[in-house]
Amino acid sequence: MGQGVAQILVFVVILIAAAYPFGLYMSRVFADGDAFLTRGRLHFLGGVERGFYRAIGEQTTKEQTWKEYLLHLLGFSFVFVLFLYLILRLQGHLFLNPEHFSGVSDFISFNTAASFVTNTNWQFYAGESTMSYLSQMAGLAVQNFVSAAVGIAAMVALFRGFSRRSSQTVGNFWRDLYRAIVYVLLPLALVSAVILIAAGVPQTFHSYATATTLQGGHQTIARGPVASQIAIKHLGTNGGGFYNSNTAVPFEGPGSFGGYFELFLELLIPFASIFMFGRWIRGMRNALAIFVAIFTLFAIGVGVNFAAEQHGSHVLRTSGVNITHSGLQTGGNMTDKEIRNGIAASALFTTGTSATSTGAVNAGLDAMTPLGGAVPLTNIFLGEIIFGGVGSGMYGLLFIIVLAVFIAGLMVGRTPEYLGKKIEAKEVKIAALGALYPAVVILTLAAVSIVTKSGLASIFNPGAHGFTETLYAYTSQAGNNGSAFAGFGGTSFSSYLGGIDMLFGRFVPLIAALALAGSLGAKKLVPASAGTVRTDGGTFSVVLIGMIILTAGLMLFPALTLGPIVEGLMK
Amino acid sequence: MSSVRRILVASVVSVVLMTAFLGFAYPALMAGFASVTFPSQAAGSLIRYHGQVVGSALAAQGFSSPAAFHERPSATSPAYNAAGTTFSNLGPTNPALATLVKQNAAAVLKLERPYNPGLTIHQVPVDAVVPSGSGIDPEISLDYAQLQSHRVAAVRHLPLATVQQLIEETTDGRWLGLFGEPGVNVLELNLALVKLGGK
Repeated sequence: MGQGVAQILVFVVILIAAAYPFGLYMSRVFADGDAFLTRGRLHFLGGVERGFYRAIGEQTTKEQTWKEYLLHLLGFSFVFVLFLYLILRLQGHLFLNPEHFSGVSDFISFNTAASFVTNTNWQFYAGESTMSYLSQMAGLAVQNFVSAAVGIAAMVALFRGFSRRSSQTVGNFWRDLYRAIVYVLLPLALVSAVILIAAGVPQTFHSYATATTLQGGHQTIARGPVASQIAIKHLGTNGGGFYNSNTAVPFEGPGSFGGYFELFLELLIPFASIFMFGRWIRGMRNALAIFVAIFTLFAIGVGVNFAAEQHGSHVLRTSGVNITHSGLQTGGNMTDKEIRNGIAASALFTTGTSATSTGAVNAGLDAMTPLGGAVPLTNIFLGEIIFGGVGSGMYGLLFIIVLAVFIAGLMVGRTPEYLGKKIEAKEVKIAALGALYPAVVILTLAAVSIVTKSGLASIFNPGAHGFTETLYAYTSQAGNNGSAFAGFGGTSFSSYLGGIDMLFGRFVPLIAALALAGSLGAKKLVPASAGTVRTDGGTFSVVLIGMIILTAGLMLFPALTLGPIVEGLMK
Repeated sequence: MSSVRRILVASVVSVVLMTAFLGFAYPALMAGFASVTFPSQAAGSLIRYHGQVVGSALAAQGFSSPAAFHERPSATSPAYNAAGTTFSNLGPTNPALATLVKQNAAAVLKLERPYNPGLTIHQVPVDAVVPSGSGIDPEISLDYAQLQSHRVAAVRHLPLATVQQLIEETTDGRWLGLFGEPGVNVLELNLALVKLGGK
């Protein structure tokens, strides 16, 4: 246990040390005017950027109102959904398909296209036995860049809402998209892909390898252009694996190093986004108050999952086998876990992947103890705001902040304002929609699934656990997370329902974020007075935690009772 | 140009450009780079013996001979399918999990007890009886390797110390001595035994 705690603590310290400067860097990347990088030795980048703007039409790269920004974002996403759907359907007739996979079925293609365009990466298919190299690299991996960049763009637009005064515009979608890809995601992806290859992640266009095993058997070993996809899969908090078992597969998360490095990548931008916000609004203390609040929730998640999984399931504890931690074994609930990860790294990864909207897994969630499995479920249900997805986590969090400022202001009888912007009825309505909407969709669709025969057909495990599988599926898809209690099967019913879940779970809060940006940006700045609620101290951290529990938390609790809590009491 | 048309043009051009650069140029560049700098890793960490590919250092392959170390249980179909990884997805209260654990524990006891007199279920480490996450976990715990070392040494007529020496040599430690957990790579261990000769 001590060893486990030590590795988690050291990891977190390294992460924060890297995320802080990266956040400052990001805040410069999206500043108005030419990108700062293009002023120095890298001035050719400015030419490349202008070339892109010319290619898509200079007219489209002017400052936009929030409605224009949204329209361009939706149009772009729609074209990409169609494009991805076609690649998946037609892969059997296309090139780079050495294993001769046929086209993906219509319902899986719809679900997958919705999944990757919404940054969810929910997977109703097994990658290495379904997807051609073309689909993986030119279809899915491209979306890993693009969907993350769209999230970042919406986040930056909302930041502008706070920083601009009496402004009708919130920036330009294409500029933000381009800069998120070229100055943030791509450089990191290039470096991390190289590191992943060195660590053992395959990167080849050769067909699957065949081996004659030492006992004379025959083994096919799946490989392909894996590393390039895995790098961005984590950086963009996407999470869709090349292999079915995701990071648990040694080719995708090799050695003790692989999983930790990938976790670092997926937490980097969500952590950095908070520091970026601090710099953007010239109020790092405000950002720290937010950071402390959600980091507390994050740490609780890691602790609970770690303790529950190390304690082990009832079946294992009563079976007689040795589950005691020692120098020779990790012990605990090793079902669907890998030796190199053990319990501590699996707990940290599980919490990290569900707190951010990544959804990659290095251990099977379906086989976790009731309490252990409730951690990722709770993280996602709370709205993917405990750091959350790239971009989307930050704007989700800002909804909660607006609500917190409003409620706190009412309680002490002060004017609700945040960063000099008056919070009025309109902002509160938009924020409430953004904050509560995912929970409503989740509960509705999970209920539909649980009372219909077609919905029940997806369930794999019996009893309360089967309910948790269903609840988790619709939570994960609405939260654009993508991790699964993976026994839950992809029928055509659940594929279509899940696809709708993902699209609404992504775009309704995103529309709310842009609407909020427009509404705030148009406001004047109110100077802080004695009547202003302070948002830069420990008190505000506590208020924020309270608000998170008050909104989605209360809606989650009854559902938790039917799933993990019943199961935990059942034995 | 109407605004809808402008959006469509910008979108289509972006889709083409992004697919060309991020979907083709980027992975191709990485593959080219990898084939020069890390050819072994890039190709799947394949292990060759007498010129023939005998497996990958990153995938279990299903040893069953009494002269070999065995891997953890696998939920893939068929077992240890390195082109069809999967979790078992057995929930903690699923009766099938209880049955599986019981069966696997009985099998381990039956196999190892003749070489470990007085062996009880309390000495069987958990990783020996529950499926791994990938179904191709190439590693076992040090505990499970120790348990099997008595059998392998006896069947191969090797001194126990020699086998344990090989276990030590094929153990992957924690990264930087801190991160993750140590494990014994089963294919590398069994290959080392084969190279030692005898039988």
